[in-house]
Amino acid sequence: MKYVDEFRDPVLIEQTAAEIRRLAHPDRIYRIMEVCGGHTFAIYRFGLHDLLPANIELVHGPGCPVCVLPMGRIDDGMAIAEDPAVIMAAFGDMMRVPGQMGSPLERKARGMDVRMVYSPLDALKLAGENPDRQVVFFAIGFETTAPSTAFTVLRARALGVRNFTVFSNHVLVMPAIQAILDAPDMRLDGFIGPGHVSAVIGCRPYELVAQDYGKPVVVSGFEPVDLLQSIAMVLRQLNEGRAEVQNQYKRVVPWEGNPAALRALEEVFAVRPEFEWRGLGAIAQSALKLQADFAQWDAETRFAVSGLRVTDPKAAQCGDVLKGALKPRQCQVFGRECTPERPIGALMVSSEGSCAAYYEHVYLRQVAEG
Amino acid sequence: MCLAIPGQLIDAPEENPHYATVEVSGVRRKVNLGLLQEQGVKAGDWVLIHVGFAMSKISEEQAQEQLRLLAMLGEAMQARQEVEGYQFDET
Repeated sequence: MKYVDEFRDPVLIEQTAAEIRRLAHPDRIYRIMEVCGGHTFAIYRFGLHDLLPANIELVHGPGCPVCVLPMGRIDDGMAIAEDPAVIMAAFGDMMRVPGQMGSPLERKARGMDVRMVYSPLDALKLAGENPDRQVVFFAIGFETTAPSTAFTVLRARALGVRNFTVFSNHVLVMPAIQAILDAPDMRLDGFIGPGHVSAVIGCRPYELVAQDYGKPVVVSGFEPVDLLQSIAMVLRQLNEGRAEVQNQYKRVVPWEGNPAALRALEEVFAVRPEFEWRGLGAIAQSALKLQADFAQWDAETRFAVSGLRVTDPKAAQCGDVLKGALKPRQCQVFGRECTPERPIGALMVSSEGSCAAYYEHVYLRQVAEG
Repeated sequence: MCLAIPGQLIDAPEENPHYATVEVSGVRRKVNLGLLQEQGVKAGDWVLIHVGFAMSKISEEQAQEQLRLLAMLGEAMQARQEVEGYQFDET
């Protein structure tokens, strides 16, 4: 364990790891999905998988917003940005995601007006500074980020800003979990629930997973101790034949979520009938668009969006990795054609994507060690 | 982008209830408080920040832990850059 000395409480970590080893029955395999990309990143960065017995398999879930965005949506966004009147504003994570005609960063290098912002409010400010241009915010993210977009739209309305629109690609975590649970090759035993998504939606939505599917869900923090404790909590439930929702991250996640955030989501957004996810296909009621009342701030109303469906690159097996059917390294292009420097699939783009995290923290080390 | 950034509120929102100044590793910027309407934050409180919005009120101890976590993850510099990047002021 490379990093154990820097941890806040190495003794507690060792105790929790020992408890996990005690709880894991050697005659069975435990497959636990961590839904959130931030958890995936932390697990690899801290080398937590090295602390777990071999029969506990952590499966990396779909909770990286950049990674699940299908190529067609990038191309649709870039098609909007081809209009010389448009300034496209996007988070840094988005800039390197490959579209059919290149990533936003590459398009920017070829003259397209794409600006990186750190907040949707920065995109709104750009609109104020450029009254003769149309500023489009390329919105991505789960329920963690969607309330910020909602507040920004409410702010645009309050300030009467007319040259600002949102290209919404916000997605919902529960429909994705359900799609994974409904997949015929599903072999998961339990879930580590996302931390900051749950700070918004609370813990109650996961009761469906526990009650209807019989799988434990433990909402977890991001520290090594948090993640190990959450894994132990899932194991204890499985061993005792329980399936419940538990909250390990009480210091940030209220059981009922954040009411102000939920109200803003409700006011500004409507659920789409279906939305395409990279690797998972179309999932019913899994994404948000702007309510009809906010049509004038909706990029899909203001601009013609063709709704492109682009098949994911065949060579990259992102879908199988997202569903946990393949480990990153088992993909045929991993580390060869597809690397963080030249990503083919989106899982290699974001540091929270399971392939990039695995590449950075496991693969390169193994290569270096021969 | 899921790793929230801890910061301390420097001023109480007076003229504009939507915004307050936050300090993160010596950098001061405005953040939006809309998500914490119910919690009633005041100057001196610690919060977790995500894309320009204070999203959770936390204790000072939790904030220190979160800073340490970001440092261990190699994300402290990026977090500081993000906060430095907030340009919206009271937009």
